[in-house]
Amino acid sequence: MEITSNHSIDKSVSPAVENSFPGQIHETPGGGIVLSKLDDVINWARSNSLWPLTFATSCCGIEMMSVAAAKYDFSRFGFEVARASPRQADVIIIAGTIVNKMAPVLKRLYDQMADPKYVIAMGACAISGGPFFYNTYSVVKGADHVIPVDVYVAGCPPRPEALLHALISLQEKIKSGQTREQIQVPKPAAGGDILHQL
Amino acid sequence: MTIEALKEKITALLPSVLFEEGGQWPTILVEPADWHKVAVLLRQDDSLSFDFLFCLTCIDWKTHLTMVYHLDATSYRHNLVVKVKVEKVNPAIETVSDIWQTANFHEREVYEMFGVNFLNHPDLRLLILPDGWEGKNPLLKDFEDPINMIKL
Amino acid sequence: MVEEIGSTAAGDIIINVGPQHPATHGVLHLVITINGETIQKVEPHLGYIHRSIEKMCESLTYRQFIYVTSRMDYLSSHINNHACALCVEKGLQIEVPSRAQVIRVLMDELTRIASHELWWGAMAMDLGAFTPFFHAFREREAINDIMEETCGARLTMNYMVPGGVMQDIHPNFQSRVKEFIALFKSKVSEYNELVTGNIIFQNRMKGVGNLSAADAISFGCTGPTARGSGVSCDIRKLYPYEIYDTLNFEEILETGGDSFARYMVRVREMSQSISIIEQLIDNIPEGDFQAKTKAVLKLPKGEFYQRVETARGEFGVYIVSEGGTTPYRIKYRSPGFSNLSALDHMARGSKLGDLVAMMGTLDLVIPDIDR
Repeated sequence: MEITSNHSIDKSVSPAVENSFPGQIHETPGGGIVLSKLDDVINWARSNSLWPLTFATSCCGIEMMSVAAAKYDFSRFGFEVARASPRQADVIIIAGTIVNKMAPVLKRLYDQMADPKYVIAMGACAISGGPFFYNTYSVVKGADHVIPVDVYVAGCPPRPEALLHALISLQEKIKSGQTREQIQVPKPAAGGDILHQL
Repeated sequence: MTIEALKEKITALLPSVLFEEGGQWPTILVEPADWHKVAVLLRQDDSLSFDFLFCLTCIDWKTHLTMVYHLDATSYRHNLVVKVKVEKVNPAIETVSDIWQTANFHEREVYEMFGVNFLNHPDLRLLILPDGWEGKNPLLKDFEDPINMIKL
Repeated sequence: MVEEIGSTAAGDIIINVGPQHPATHGVLHLVITINGETIQKVEPHLGYIHRSIEKMCESLTYRQFIYVTSRMDYLSSHINNHACALCVEKGLQIEVPSRAQVIRVLMDELTRIASHELWWGAMAMDLGAFTPFFHAFREREAINDIMEETCGARLTMNYMVPGGVMQDIHPNFQSRVKEFIALFKSKVSEYNELVTGNIIFQNRMKGVGNLSAADAISFGCTGPTARGSGVSCDIRKLYPYEIYDTLNFEEILETGGDSFARYMVRVREMSQSISIIEQLIDNIPEGDFQAKTKAVLKLPKGEFYQRVETARGEFGVYIVSEGGTTPYRIKYRSPGFSNLSALDHMARGSKLGDLVAMMGTLDLVIPDIDR
C-alpha cells in the first residue's frame, strides 16, 4: 500500500476527476477506498470554500462587485457567501486605496479574522499606493505595510477575469501548502514571545 | 438679472465693495470685518436672493490667504463670486453657516486644510484629516512632509 | 480614537456604523446617537479614503490631472473627466469639433445610466432584496462592454482630453448602442415590477427622510437629491454645456421630498438618458475627434470654473492658474459632500432601519466626498 503525494491519479479513475480530490481512489467491490494525507484533504476543503469579507474602499470595489455579479460569478469557485463580519470571513480582498486614517481599521479587521486567513491585494493602490504614490501625504504606499499579503493583482482596476485568476491562484497556493500561515514557524512554548509569526 | 443690472444693484446696496476685473462671473472683494453683514444682505435682499452657496474654498497666495465664495440664486439664476482677503498669520473670519447650512462642512474642511479660524462656527474641528493630526495644514504652500510625501 | 462627541441625554447610546459596513457603499463612518431605536443625531466622520487629490494635482500638468477625477466619483468617471476637459478648454479658448461633442455627450449619458443601474441594484440590496443586484449588473455589463471596445477600460476610462476625445469611436459602437437601447427599454418595466411596485419597498421608502426644498438649497444639495424635493437644479438645463441646449429631454422633478421621490427621480432619469442617446446615435457628425492643441498646455493667469451634472449632482472644477504648466490650486466641488451634510437633518427622529434607506437614496460615493 503506497501513499503517494498530492494530486496523484490512479489510472483506474476517469480523467474527469483529475485534480479534483487529492488522493488515490482504489476501487474495491462494494465501493471504493480513498487514500490521502489529511493535510491535503484539509487544504482542498479550505481552498474551495473561502468566504470573502466585503471590504471595498474605492474603485476596485466596483470591479469586485462585478465579479460577485452574474457575468463573472465567483461563487462557482466557492466564494459564494460574502460575509460582512470579519469573524466569519476567510479571505480579505483589499479593493481600494488604504490611507493613514484607514490603516488601523484594516489592521483591526485582519486581527479579528480567525485563522486560517488569507489576503489578496487587489489593484495598484493596494499593491503600492498606485496612482497616488507621488506627492500625497495621506496614502499608505501599499497595503503590505499594514498586513501580510498572499496574492497581488495588478490593474487599475483589474479586470474581473484578473481577479478571478488571483482567486484561483490563491486556491492553488493553499493546495500547495505554501501560504504564509501554512509555513509559519511553530510558536514557542508558553511564556515566550507571543508575537504572531509571519 | 443681467450682469450689468446685477453690478448696479450690488453697488447700490453695498457702496464700499470693489469689483474685480476678468473672471467669468462678477466678482466682488469684501473686507473680513464686513463679510457677515454683506452675506446677510446678499441672502435676504429680494432681488438678489443668493440662496445657494455652491463652492467655498481658500487659496494660499503665500503672503495672504483669499477665501472664495461662489453664490447662485435659484430663483433668478445669476451668479456671484465673493473674495475675502485674510491674513496669513492667525487667519480668522466670520462663519456663514447660519446663513447657508452647506458652509458648515465646507468651513470645517478649510479650517483643517488651511488653518483659517471661523468665528462662531457651531462645531469647528477636523473633518477629513485623521484625529490628532499635528503639524501644518496640508494645503498651504509651505507644507512639508518628508516621511509621507514622495516627490517626483 | 475616542473623542468627546457632545452631551447625551439619559438613555442615549452612541454606536458606530462603519467604516467597514456593507450598507455604507464605501468607507463612511457614522457616529449615531440613538435612544431606543430613534435616532437623535448622526455625525459623519470622513477621511477614511482621503487621498490628498487636491494637493497632488498641484504637481500634475493639465493633461495629466484628468485621470485623477475618474477615481474620485468612479461611477460617473466620464462626466468628471468631461468637466476637467471643459475647464481647460475654457481657459485656453479651444473650440471642440462637433463630432467630439456628440461622442462626449453619448458617453456621458451611457455613464449616467450605468451609475443609476448600480445605484438601483445596490440600494435594493441594502433594503434586503438581493435579486435586483444581478439584474442591474446585467445591464451594466452591457454598457461596460461598449465602453471597453471604444475606450479600452471598463471603469476608469481616460477618454476625454482637452480638445476632444482621445480616439475615434470603434466601428461597432453605433450598432452596439442601438442593441443596448432596445435591450434597456424592455427592462425598465421589469424594474418597476420587481422593485418599484413592491408594497414592502414602498412602505419602507415613503415618508422616510423628508427634505424640504428650502433645506435642500441651504444644504447645497444638488442632483436627484434636490430634484426629489422639487428644486430645479439640472445643470444641463440651466447652464448648458456642449450640445445639451439642442437636445430634447425633460428635467425630472418630484415634489414628495421623501426617499421614494428621490428614488423615482433616478429611475425616470434613466429613461430620459436613453431618449437623449436615441436622439444622437444616428446623427454623429463626421469630422475630427480632437481639436489641434499644443503639446504642452499652459493656462493663462486667472480662474476658471466649470459646472457639470453628474449622476450624483453638480460637480465643479475650479482651477486657479498662475500661467504655468501645472495649476496653482484646484478645487473640486463634489456633489456628495453637500448631499451628505443633509443626512443629519433628515435622519433625526427616524428609526435606525430608515437610515439605510436614506443613505441609499442620497447615492453617496465616498471617495467623491473625501477627495
